[in-house]
Amino acid sequence: MADHSHGSPEQTGTVAKPGQGGVQKFQDPGLPPHRPRLADTDPRAEKRAERQVGVLFLVSIFGTVLFFFGYFAIPLDQTIGTLRLQNLLLGLGTAFAMLGIGVGIVHWAKTLMPDHEISEDRHEIRPEADRADAEKIVGDILEESGIKRRPLIRNTLLGASILAIFPAIAIFRDLGPLPGDVLRQTMWDEGVRLTRDPSGTPIKASDVTIGSAFHVIPEGLNESEHKLEEKAKAVVLLMRLKPESLNPSPGREDWGFEGIVAYSKICTHVGCPVALYEQQTHHLLCPCHQSTFDLTQECKVIFGPAVRPLPQLPISVDDEGYLVATSDFQEPVGPSYWERG
Amino acid sequence: MSSSAAGREYQPKTSVGKITNFVDTRVGGSAMVKEFGRKIFPDHWTFMFGEVALYSFVILLLSGTFLTFFFDPSMAETHYDGSYVPLRGIEMSVAYSSSLDISFDIRGGLFMRQVHHWSALLFVAAVSVHMLRVFFTGAFRKPRELNWVIGGVLLILAMAAGFTGYSLPDDLLSGNGLRIIDGVIKSIPVVGTYISFFLFGGEFPGTEIIPRLYVLHILLIPALILLLIAIHLFLVVVHKHTQFPGPGRTNDNVVGFPVGPVYAAKAGGFFFIVFGVVAAISAAFTINPIWNYGPYDPSPVSAGTQPDWYIGWVDGALRLMPGIIAGFPFEWEIPFPWGVNTLSLNVLLPALVPAGIVFTMLFAWPWIEAWVTKDRRERHLLDRPRNAPTRTGVGVAGVVFYCVMWAAASSDLIATHFMVSLNDVTYWLRALFFIGPVIGFIVARRIALALQRKDREIVLHGRETGRIVRLPHGEFIEVHEPVDEYKRYKLTTFDSPQVLPAQADVNGHITKGEKRRAWASRFFFEDRVAPVTPAELEEAHSHGHHGEVANEHDKASISSH
Repeated sequence: MADHSHGSPEQTGTVAKPGQGGVQKFQDPGLPPHRPRLADTDPRAEKRAERQVGVLFLVSIFGTVLFFFGYFAIPLDQTIGTLRLQNLLLGLGTAFAMLGIGVGIVHWAKTLMPDHEISEDRHEIRPEADRADAEKIVGDILEESGIKRRPLIRNTLLGASILAIFPAIAIFRDLGPLPGDVLRQTMWDEGVRLTRDPSGTPIKASDVTIGSAFHVIPEGLNESEHKLEEKAKAVVLLMRLKPESLNPSPGREDWGFEGIVAYSKICTHVGCPVALYEQQTHHLLCPCHQSTFDLTQECKVIFGPAVRPLPQLPISVDDEGYLVATSDFQEPVGPSYWERG
Repeated sequence: MSSSAAGREYQPKTSVGKITNFVDTRVGGSAMVKEFGRKIFPDHWTFMFGEVALYSFVILLLSGTFLTFFFDPSMAETHYDGSYVPLRGIEMSVAYSSSLDISFDIRGGLFMRQVHHWSALLFVAAVSVHMLRVFFTGAFRKPRELNWVIGGVLLILAMAAGFTGYSLPDDLLSGNGLRIIDGVIKSIPVVGTYISFFLFGGEFPGTEIIPRLYVLHILLIPALILLLIAIHLFLVVVHKHTQFPGPGRTNDNVVGFPVGPVYAAKAGGFFFIVFGVVAAISAAFTINPIWNYGPYDPSPVSAGTQPDWYIGWVDGALRLMPGIIAGFPFEWEIPFPWGVNTLSLNVLLPALVPAGIVFTMLFAWPWIEAWVTKDRRERHLLDRPRNAPTRTGVGVAGVVFYCVMWAAASSDLIATHFMVSLNDVTYWLRALFFIGPVIGFIVARRIALALQRKDREIVLHGRETGRIVRLPHGEFIEVHEPVDEYKRYKLTTFDSPQVLPAQADVNGHITKGEKRRAWASRFFFEDRVAPVTPAELEEAHSHGHHGEVANEHDKASISSH
């Protein structure tokens, strides 16, 4: 017994040596002898199986009844509770109705229908001769058409056919307008007030306390004609940090106001909203693919698949103390695209 | 058809005969009954995955038809006034509003939505597992290569059907999914922005996308799936089913049950079982509760947003890709004479390359294997996965590759549930993306070889019975019982290809391609455990060393205990 657990495999014969195998084979003993089932030999077992199948079909009938009970006897009263109950009864009713039939038929097949396997010969998919005939026929067809002898016809047909496909693609041209430069522009402009998302009420600089974050839309967005399209570009996150923890690069010192900064909420990766703000670390995280932006470094990417920092919206306050944009974003927001430059 | 030449019509005597005769003389078909009525289908539990896929598709058609009667794919603005109180008065699209109506105001509508969504998940799962079964058993070999390719296309179509359907309710989750698609499309060089604008009918999200996806979801994609399923099944009939090797089962026969009545009952009954299971799941487990998410709005998103599982691996690849490695950004601004263009490799690479690898390997595999083995014979007998160690290793490597990306799609949930750093989860998964498949390959191949050696042991030395016997001369042995000839045949009858060295062509040259093939052949078949031959078994028995089958003398003493 222990001969395979010690010693090298070469000595135990468990690793094949050249020339072994493939030469000799064991004889096919043929199909194993058929073993009758209990129901084949015992009439009582056969009757029992018959009854079991019948009971399973009755279960199915019960299931259908249960379905209609749920459908008619449960009045929907606008609460999730009754809806769930009805859903449960409809589902269980269907489950019993289906499983009763299914399990019943399979049980019938397994216990009462013949259970000896039968062997059937495979045949060639197509006889060799047919294939040769087909080849000859195709050859004759090509020969009679003359396509081989007349390269001019062949080549012009080929060219025409390839070209004729293009109108089918071109006809879809009117699916949409050309991009133009709409992706570069948002609703933000000089003097546009920063308002709360979604209510649209303007935000005073004094409302923005240190550590707070606002979801911001431009004033007038809710009344705009293409609200969602505009919103998909214009949404902004507004946060207030201690001014000394911000490190604005040259030329961007006046893009914030007393530590209040506004950044595009649309991730520069594939465009999901960057909705999670970590107050302690001043990190912004996109929940879709976990791109992480560092607010203290002008939203530079510090983790994840994004490459570009979130675009900053230059802001200031107007004479009533409300936060306003001083211009549109200085670069296109959202995911990168070829013409972005 | 009446045989007027014989001058005498066939006169049916039974009522069944009369009916079939009536039908047959008008539409024909007795030839078909003759051909298929008793056609043999082999039985094996792994053959049911394809059936599950087929049946869940039928369930999808049934429940989808119901939903079509009530769903309105318009993106026109409306204010919800249905019975779900928390959303009353909220502005939303008609598509979302009618999805809510289906859920809350149409009796059985919620149930149908659940059945539709669950069976969609089951459909993709069953197609995937079915393909794994075909791969690991080698059922894709000649003459079934084309059917394997059709299966691969069906998998892609199943994912497309799933994704287009997932987007239709226009809730927050599905809108965010579309936003990701939009970002991915925009990363395509040169034409990306245009494709995005044409697909969305302008800027994202626009008001066109849902009706367009609806057309794809209910018309084009199901029609293609139906067509390919028809071809797929037609080819199954042409090829006849594969079977595992075993006593009485050869490459030239099919052993199993006839369609009528046994197989028809088993397979037909199984449809009801699949439907019943889907219904039970739908009754108990709510999926995609769109009313929790609210209408799509580009501003909010919930933490832990997850795609449906079959798209997860692509989304996971997007998450794994770092935007910047050691200061090297994967987004290039390329100066051209006409200006600067942006190439967004951080999106393009993960969106295309892993899926490209998976599907290229998948479609090419039958031909890769045929090239390596130079085996052009028809193969109707399946391999047990252990008997094709390299293929099994490659398959497991592919599964690991897929699963790493799939896990990455839930990296945030892994982090929150196991209280670990999100960044660390991503770093580990990035490493596993490269190392995991290699480990998977090595481990799976070793396990396959080990199992083959176990099979050899069983054939040579018999089955361990657990009975310890003391022999008259004092030695203790465990009695091994020889396997019967049927089991022995099963364990010894399999193809065990050997390394095929480079062959010279007619001119006596060994081409470079042939050298590469020889290298691949060595890689595939160098480690090999050959099946036991009768001679080896004979030798093992005549050794007489203890531990195997007890010899005659000992047998007498064992049986007396």
